[in-house]
Amino acid sequence: MEYGLDLEYSFNEFLKGFGLSSEIAHIIWLPLPMLLVLVAAVVGVLVTVWLERKISAAAQQRIGPEYAGALGVLQPIADGLKLLVKEDIIPAKADGILFTAGPILVLVPVILSWLIVPFGQNLLISNVGIGIFLWIALSSIQPIGLLMSGYASNNKYSLLGGLRAAAQSISYEIPLALSVLAIVLMTNSLSTVDIVNQQSGAGILSWNIWRQPVGFIVFWICALAECERLPFDLPEAEEELVAGYQTEYAGMKFALFYLGSYINLILSALLVSILYLGGWGFPIPVELIAKFLNLPINAPFIQVFTASIGIVMTVLKAYLLVFIAILLRWTTPRVRIDQLLDLGWKFLLPISLANLLITAGLKLAFPQFFGG
Amino acid sequence: MSIAITTQFICFTVLSLVVIIGALGVVLLESIVYSAFLLGGVFMSVAGLYLLLNASFVAAAQVLVYVGAVNVLIIFAIMLVNKKEDLKPINDIKSRRVISTSICLTLLSLLIRVDLTNVWSLSSPQNSIGEESTIRIGEHLFSDYLLPFEVASVLLLMAMIGAIVLARRDVMSKDISTGLPVDQELIEKASEPLLTNKN
Repeated sequence: MEYGLDLEYSFNEFLKGFGLSSEIAHIIWLPLPMLLVLVAAVVGVLVTVWLERKISAAAQQRIGPEYAGALGVLQPIADGLKLLVKEDIIPAKADGILFTAGPILVLVPVILSWLIVPFGQNLLISNVGIGIFLWIALSSIQPIGLLMSGYASNNKYSLLGGLRAAAQSISYEIPLALSVLAIVLMTNSLSTVDIVNQQSGAGILSWNIWRQPVGFIVFWICALAECERLPFDLPEAEEELVAGYQTEYAGMKFALFYLGSYINLILSALLVSILYLGGWGFPIPVELIAKFLNLPINAPFIQVFTASIGIVMTVLKAYLLVFIAILLRWTTPRVRIDQLLDLGWKFLLPISLANLLITAGLKLAFPQFFGG
Repeated sequence: MSIAITTQFICFTVLSLVVIIGALGVVLLESIVYSAFLLGGVFMSVAGLYLLLNASFVAAAQVLVYVGAVNVLIIFAIMLVNKKEDLKPINDIKSRRVISTSICLTLLSLLIRVDLTNVWSLSSPQNSIGEESTIRIGEHLFSDYLLPFEVASVLLLMAMIGAIVLARRDVMSKDISTGLPVDQELIEKASEPLLTNKN
């Protein structure tokens, strides 16, 4: 089933046509996907911010941004520009080096994790063998950045926010990893491309959400907690902690936190759609449609069509989940810290462990449905 | 020299420098918070070295366990007990420093000797397994390394139960450090929710 566009190969062949060696072509190719990821992530954030403003307005029966562009679509860009030109303040008693390094350490792992997000058979930066495990490892770096900025701000609210963020992140990482493990068990591979291909057999019926309903819910709750979204936004609970670890930040450094949290939200939504909702797969398999229309599956037209359908489906599923996350944010109250830790350690952890055990048992009992 | 080898060499040099300078910083810096953060940097660079050796699973596990768990917990503990007090000056600090330096140098010379005497070249350098290594590690963990693996898990379980017993003083009749009987009333007071008896 090796079909689909391979942009890197065609690009290299194109450059070789000008008489360049394959190594130089590779070096010219290298920055392009990185740039593409940055652009995609930032555009995704702009769209999400606009959605958040509009949906929250609708939830509260307001109009929301209206005058910046049609329906206020330029509002997020205005926000970003405002943050760009704001004065960059480092408090006098703060620790300058750690204060600057904190937001960077929060943002970089999140962007690096986009490495493994596939939009099609060959439409990802790198199909690394450890795939989804790379994301779990990278997301565990984030609490260090939060603790760093919380400590360096020299402010008790910041420190408390940082400590809460780290505690929350550590607690919810374990059920998250366990529910990913159940999927990996079914796929026999850590690679995200293999995970999606495993779900592509019978369209919507073969998606992992039907085989892993418990894992899906556990993963979604944990992903929301890792993103520090309401109902789990304790690290920046306004009424208690001003703004948590972000309290002392202004200008571009604050924007880094802001970007980081929204990129993380989109990334989590993308990963949920890859792990549980069939990734780039169309609800009806594309092979079936091609057969129905009597078209060969390897025709260039069909390949371009498949690739664009793949991108559209991935983004659509991810934004559906982002929509649910935004609705949750504006309709649910915040949990208390003890409720949060109770939920993580006493409910989600045992449930995800049992889910893993049952998945292993079902895999042995029904190898044709749960991956041989 | 091809571009790939040059890149690898540059990466190796940078990572090694970060490891050495970072480790020296961990030991020599006065501020314990800086030491803890530098330790995280050292762990990350070691993961980078694993990555250069084509051991991506080991690198990711290194990041997850050492950076994501060990280092975060160290920083967490430092920040929870972050008292702004000056350390007491120790009288025989000089002799202590001499002793610790000599011990470290002895260990270093031992490592250098191992480095020089061992035969490092693999029997078949072409036989690199690369991405397949994750599967091999799993196979080894469940066959010939099963006993060490299980012993390590039992050890971790014991450590966890020990930590819970230490943290929850109410399961014990007397204090561990002082040997005095535990004030049961205080424990019951603490375990009650604060808001229930307000009205």
